[in-house]
Amino acid sequence: MNASQKKANSKTVRFLLLATVLMFGFGYSLVPLYDVFCEITGLNGKTGRIVSADVESKELYDDRLVEVEFVTSVSADLPWDFEPTVEKMLVRPGVETRADFIVKNNANYTLVGNAVPSVAPNAAAKFFNKTECFCFTKQSLEPDQTLTMPVLFVVDPDLPQEVKLLTLGYTFFESLDLASVD
Amino acid sequence: MSEVATHHHDDHHGAHPTGIMRWLTTTNHKDIGTLYLLFSLMMFFIGGTMAMIIRLELFQPGLQFVDPQFYNSMVTMHALIMIFGAVMPAWTGFANWMIPMMIGAPDMALPRLNNWSFWILPFAFTMLLSTLFMPGGAPAGGWTMYPPLVLQTGDAFPFLIFAVHFMGASSIAGAINVVATVFNMRAPGMTLMKLPLFVWTWIITGFLLIASIPVLAGAVTMLLTDKFFGTAFFSAAGGGDPVMFQHIFWFFGHPEVYILILPAFGIVSAIIPTFARKPLFGYSSMVYATGAIAFLSFIVWAHHMFTVGMPLAGELFFMYTTVLIAVPTGVKVFNWVATMWQSSMTFETPMLFALGFVILFTIGGFSGLMLGVTPVDFQYHDTYFVVAHFHYVLVTGAVFALMAGAYFWMPKWTGHMYDETLAKWHFWLSVISVNVLFFPQHFLGLAGMPRRIPDYAVQFADFNMVSSIGGLGYGISQILFVIIVVKCVRGGEKATDEVWEGAQGLEWTLSSPPPYHSFTEAPDPESITGGHR
Repeated sequence: MNASQKKANSKTVRFLLLATVLMFGFGYSLVPLYDVFCEITGLNGKTGRIVSADVESKELYDDRLVEVEFVTSVSADLPWDFEPTVEKMLVRPGVETRADFIVKNNANYTLVGNAVPSVAPNAAAKFFNKTECFCFTKQSLEPDQTLTMPVLFVVDPDLPQEVKLLTLGYTFFESLDLASVD
Repeated sequence: MSEVATHHHDDHHGAHPTGIMRWLTTTNHKDIGTLYLLFSLMMFFIGGTMAMIIRLELFQPGLQFVDPQFYNSMVTMHALIMIFGAVMPAWTGFANWMIPMMIGAPDMALPRLNNWSFWILPFAFTMLLSTLFMPGGAPAGGWTMYPPLVLQTGDAFPFLIFAVHFMGASSIAGAINVVATVFNMRAPGMTLMKLPLFVWTWIITGFLLIASIPVLAGAVTMLLTDKFFGTAFFSAAGGGDPVMFQHIFWFFGHPEVYILILPAFGIVSAIIPTFARKPLFGYSSMVYATGAIAFLSFIVWAHHMFTVGMPLAGELFFMYTTVLIAVPTGVKVFNWVATMWQSSMTFETPMLFALGFVILFTIGGFSGLMLGVTPVDFQYHDTYFVVAHFHYVLVTGAVFALMAGAYFWMPKWTGHMYDETLAKWHFWLSVISVNVLFFPQHFLGLAGMPRRIPDYAVQFADFNMVSSIGGLGYGISQILFVIIVVKCVRGGEKATDEVWEGAQGLEWTLSSPPPYHSFTEAPDPESITGGHR
């Protein structure tokens, strides 16, 4: 191997090693990209969050009602009961609506949980906005404590006409220390 | 392989270590190529033994021989070992042996890295295989390592992750070496468009490895931190999403399948013109088709996950790009057929395996097209149809091309002709048994038999029994290959330098076996014809 080949080799190797490191970084950058993609498209049932002040400005479609049903589940390792007070309700798009959920800790020790929301169908998720939700923060329950938790939400009047039924699902997980949820 | 050793005339290093130290410390591309190929053969039999256990359990409905957890371990380990232990190291072994000789270089560009990239493999696979004896058993969640299931793996989990890291590091190092060798070490006169197609397909494979393996390394590192360090990349409880793992994994996984098959295209493109005694039809279209396949492989990944719940636009995009791959692949198949058209063919064993490849790989390609069509995939997803498809492209595709290449260059490597009669037996037994093994799995899949399950409904019993008999036949036939290799290394009819009548290319201008250090002087530029294969 002559000197110029050695030089060319080390240049090629440097370039390819850089490419390797960049692709490793690219793998990690897929994580935020995936979240952004889901947020823009509403895929994965990720719901929106707005403040109450924004609600009034929307135009109302008086003649339209949308059915919203509530589904709850609890992860296997969390000894909690979790149910909505009503299973479904008719909602006028553009009007802030309240739904209540009841959660009970069956364990004889304090547990911290957080609820992860999801809306189906996916196409409707980005038209479902919450102004207040127990899922925004972690919930801590003493032994045998029962808690009623509200959700305030607004269905965007721009919701596609063909969507007549929205399903809002919550799953309670035992809170991880590093959890960040919205 | 001692014959190779006696031929060396090392004039610039003095004494060489002998015995085991020779193999541990070697930086010679031929020695390292041999190590890779022997390692790969060993893994082929370990992975094959696991396949035999799988087919034994599936011989009849019900649970007879192994418990379901161990069955799942076998399925997972069989895939990991065959992909990362048998096929990928075999291609690197071929690259090591052949690329310097094909481009007129004295050795690989980075000989010490070359030694290192081989010797981390035994450590990686010792780690992976040791999980069979651990509490909780070997990984059993499938080679795709989907969370949350894979996070339930017992003590084996970190061993699985680090084994994958090691295998990845080895293949990236090998890929960097091949790319640097081809870019910088070519003999004068060996222009890029004169490179043999095996070299071309390997450069493109090298880029695929460099671009995709780090993404896998990232994905499995995320699994590791999710399990042990409290991150929540794939855990819904912490705001993560398990489906995201599938996206990241298949962003690696689809280029990976072309990593396994592109060098096979190169080998077949070398063998068919040799035994057809005609130049390869459409050399440059072969190069561009390979590049097109490599590019498309990065934008089709979600066709592995059509059923996770994607918007219509996504399913259409991934369906169209997937089906588009049929165009450059079709270019290749038609070029091979056109090469054989009106040629004077003979049917020595390398040619038989290459022809078997063209026909059977095309069957696997067609079932791949069927799977690429979204609405149809909803029926086929996770059934034995998928198993039949990827075994047609990987066994009768990649493994047949490996066998073809091994027979093609074995006389060059050892200096002896292999036993042609035994080799023909090996081919015919393999080609019949492999079809008995995998063809009925198409029917099982279409009838709805799910994959990765140790038991099945009784209506699937007959085809499973046929498939298991084929599996046993294929497994036993491969022992013939070992016998042929051992016989060929030990002796046999002396091979000429050219070996095959229609052989073209620089490696055939060297003696058989080639000197330990070949092309220390660059070959005569006049002798580089190119474009032929």
